[in-house]
Amino acid sequence: MAKRYDIVIVGAGPAGLAAAEAALAQGARVAWLDAQSAAGGQVWRKDIRYGWPRQAARVITEVVNHPHATWMPQTQVIAAEQNALLLQNEREGWRITYGSLILATGARELLLPFPGWTLPGITGAGGLQALVKQGWPLDGRRVVIAGSGPLLLAAAVTAKRHGAHVLGIYEQASDAAVHGFARKLWRWPGKALQAAVLRSQLAGIPYHCGSIVTRALGEHALERIEIDGPHGTQRIECDQLAIGYGLVPNVELAQMLGCAMKQEGAHPCVDVDTSQRTSVTNIYAAGELCGIGGRDCAWLEGRIAGLVAAGADIDASLLRQQRHARTFAAALREHFKLDPYIHDLAQPDTLICRCEDVPLQALKDYDDARSAKLATRCGMGACQGRICGTALAELGLFPRSGQRPPLFPARLASLGELASSSETEGSFS
Amino acid sequence: MTQVRINIDGHALDVPAGISVAAAIAQSQRPFRRSVSGHMRAPFCGMGICFECRVQIDGIAQQRSCMVSVRDGMQVVTDG
Amino acid sequence: MKSYDLIIVGAGIIGTACADYASQQGLRVAIVEPGPIGGGATAAAMGHLVAMDDDPAELALANYSLGLWEDFTQVAQIEYNRCGTLWVASSDAEYAHIPEKIARLAAVGVQAELIDGEQLYRLEPALQRGLAGGMHVAREAVVYPPGMARHLLDRARARGALLYSQRVTAITQQGVQLDDQTSLAGSVLVATGCALPELLPQLPMRARKGHLVITDRYPGLIHHQLLELGYADSAHGDADSSVAFNVQPRPTGQILIGSSREYGSETSQVSMPMIQRMLERTFRYLPALRQLDALRIWTGFRPVSADGLPYLGRVPEHTNVWVAAGHEGLGITTSLGSARLVIDQWLGRAAAIDARPYDPARAVACV
Repeated sequence: MAKRYDIVIVGAGPAGLAAAEAALAQGARVAWLDAQSAAGGQVWRKDIRYGWPRQAARVITEVVNHPHATWMPQTQVIAAEQNALLLQNEREGWRITYGSLILATGARELLLPFPGWTLPGITGAGGLQALVKQGWPLDGRRVVIAGSGPLLLAAAVTAKRHGAHVLGIYEQASDAAVHGFARKLWRWPGKALQAAVLRSQLAGIPYHCGSIVTRALGEHALERIEIDGPHGTQRIECDQLAIGYGLVPNVELAQMLGCAMKQEGAHPCVDVDTSQRTSVTNIYAAGELCGIGGRDCAWLEGRIAGLVAAGADIDASLLRQQRHARTFAAALREHFKLDPYIHDLAQPDTLICRCEDVPLQALKDYDDARSAKLATRCGMGACQGRICGTALAELGLFPRSGQRPPLFPARLASLGELASSSETEGSFS
Repeated sequence: MTQVRINIDGHALDVPAGISVAAAIAQSQRPFRRSVSGHMRAPFCGMGICFECRVQIDGIAQQRSCMVSVRDGMQVVTDG
Repeated sequence: MKSYDLIIVGAGIIGTACADYASQQGLRVAIVEPGPIGGGATAAAMGHLVAMDDDPAELALANYSLGLWEDFTQVAQIEYNRCGTLWVASSDAEYAHIPEKIARLAAVGVQAELIDGEQLYRLEPALQRGLAGGMHVAREAVVYPPGMARHLLDRARARGALLYSQRVTAITQQGVQLDDQTSLAGSVLVATGCALPELLPQLPMRARKGHLVITDRYPGLIHHQLLELGYADSAHGDADSSVAFNVQPRPTGQILIGSSREYGSETSQVSMPMIQRMLERTFRYLPALRQLDALRIWTGFRPVSADGLPYLGRVPEHTNVWVAAGHEGLGITTSLGSARLVIDQWLGRAAAIDARPYDPARAVACV
C-alpha cells in the first residue's frame, strides 16, 4: 500500500526547505526528497570538509529532525501517476501519494558546446563546486573559471578554499554590463553583502569581463584553453576548466505532471500564480523552476508554497518581498545576457549530443527534435536530452521534445515491481 | 576523517568516508569512461544530470559516480 | 496539376518500401508525408525480422519478404544484425509443440532448430534456470526501422520520386488534394497504417497499442532476439490486453523490452501498470535485467485489419485507389514483400506469392 502524506516536496534546496519548514509549522505531515545524499540543494550543498553554510545548517537540521517530516535522501522521482509519485533510491522502488505536491526541483547549469568541451577536466562552474564539495581533489591544480553570472564567483571561492590555484575568472558579459549590475546591487542589500564577501574571499584572483572561452585543447584530457577577450586571443595552460553560462529550470517533472509552462528566453519554466499554484490542482512550484530567480527568491517562494499548501494565509509583506526578489533576477538576466557569439562557437564537428556522440553537422537537415533523434540518435542517450536538448534550444535550433517516464534513467526493478499486479513471479519447472 | 577502503580497477584505495565515487576515481587518477565512439570522458555537470561519469559499481554498469558515496569494500570498474 | 503514375500517401516503412519498388520499376512516384519519415508505427516498432508460422498466408508473405531483406544487410543506417531468434519454451507442453513449428517453417524453407534446456543456457546464459528448451532460428535479424524507411525513401528520391510534406485531405477523382490546396493527379496508394480510416473508412482498422522499454548500454548480456513460445497467443489472441516476453539486443548494447498489446487505449500516454506487467513477465525469464537502468519508454499503435492480415491491393469500388496497410506487428518484416505484391498488381503482373488472402475486397464485403 502506498504511503500517503499531506504534502510531498520534491527538492531540498532553499525552496524545498522553506516549504517544508513553513508547512511543518502549520502541523502538516510532510515528506521531502532529493536526489542528493544531503539536503541543501546545489546552492547550499553540504561540503565534505566544511559542512553546510551556517544559515542553512540550522534549518536543515531542524527540518530533517522534525517529528512530522519524512526525509528521503538520494531519492528520485521516476514517474508520476494520479496523485502519486513513483520513487527509487539506491536499493528499491516505491510509491507515495499526496494531498498536495510542491515542486522545488531547482535548476541545472546551462552548458553550451564549444570545440573541445567534451575533454576530461572540463566541468560546469557549479558542477566543479558540486564535485569539490564531495571530495574531488583540486589541491594545487590550475583552475580557470569561465562562463557567465555571479555563480562564477562562488565557484572560484569554493575552488580556492579547496586548494586550487585559480588562474582567473572569465566572464562573457562586458565590463560595462557587469559594472552596471554592481551599481544596482544596493537595491538588494543582502545581495550586495554577499557580493562583497565573495569579492573579499577572491582577493588575488583576476576577474576578466568580455572574455569567452572559444576552444579547449588536449590529447586525452584538458591541457589548455583559448580565450577571446577585449585584448585579443590568449592561450592558458590549465588542468581544470569550470564553465557555465547560467542556469536552466528543471521542469521535467512539472511537464510530466501536465503543469502549464511559459517561456523564459529559450527555455520553459513553470507558470504559477502569486500563491505558487501551478495549472494543476494541488500542485505548487517554487524557486528556480518557475524562472531563474536566485536563492532568496527560491526561499520566499518555497515559504509561500508551503503555507498555501498547508492551508495557511500568507501576508502581503511576504508577497512583496518575493516580487522584489524577482526583480533582482530580471536585472541579472539583463546584465548577464549572453553574447550571441557564444551561440556560434560549436563547429560542424563539435559534438552536440555527448551521450551518443552526434556532431552539429549531423543535425543540419532537421528542424525538429524528434526527426533529428530518429535519424541521428541525438538525445537518445542516458541524459535523456537534458544537455543536448537544452543546448540546441539555447542555440536556436530546435526545442527539446516532451518528457515521458522514466523521468530519469530508472532501474527496471523499480519500474516493474511498484504495484500489485496480476502476474506473480515464480520460477519455472 | 574516517577512511574506507574501496577497489578501483583492481587497485585498493583508502579514501575519506562520505566522498563521492567520482571524487575517489579522480583521487586514484584513473580514467572514467569512454564515449560511444571511444573518447575519454569524465564528470561534467557534477550533479547527476549529464551521465558522463558513469562507471560500474559493485557489478552494475552505468552508475553515476557523482551521485553515489563510497562504501567500504566497494568495487569500482572504469572504462580505462 | 502535377501528374504522377503513383501517389503514395504515408512515408512509414510500407509507404517508403512501395516508393522504392515503384520507382525501381520506372514509375513516376510522389510520396506525401507531413510528419517525420518513418515516424509513426515504424519508429515505435522493435524491428524484429521474423517468420511466424501461425497463419499460412502470413508466413508466405513473411518468408517472401525475408528473402528481399537480404539485399539490405550491408546498409549502415539500417543496423541489420543477424542475431537470430530464440523462442523459449517455459513448459514441457510448449516444448512438445516445437517440432510441429519447425516442420511448418521448413515447408517454406525457413531453417529452425530444436534445442534442449542445456543448449538454451549455452546460447543465453542470462536466462532463468528451469526452462524446457527452445527453438533457434539462426538467420533471423533485427533492424532499425526508421533508418530503413529513410533509406528506402532516399533511394526512391534518387530515382526521381518527389516528397510532399503536406497532409492529404481528400482522395479525388483525379488523385489527391493536399492541405495547402494543391492537387496531385495519378493513382493513389494509401499506406497510412492506423490513420487509414481517415481516407478509406470502408476498410476496418483498429489500433492496438504497444509499449516498449529500452535500457542503457549493457553489451554482451543477451545475444539473440528472445521470445516466449506463448507469444503467438498474445499476438493473435483478441484479448483487450496482453503481454508477452519479447526482448531484443540492440547493436548498441542496449536491451529493448516488449511487448504489450492493448485495444481501446487511444492516447499515446505510457501506462505504468502495463509496464509493470510487461517487466514482471520479462523478469521471469531474465532476472538479471532487474538491476539495469531503463532510459526510455514509448508507445506505438499497430494497425490491425478486420482479420489481422494486411490489405494489399486495389480498393473495391475505386478504379484508381490502392491500399497497403494493416500489418499489425509484422509490418517491418513484411514491408518489402507487401510493396512488391501491391506494385506488381498495379503493373498488371502476377505477384510472386498468392495475393488473394490480402485482397481488400474481403473486408469491404463483410462490412
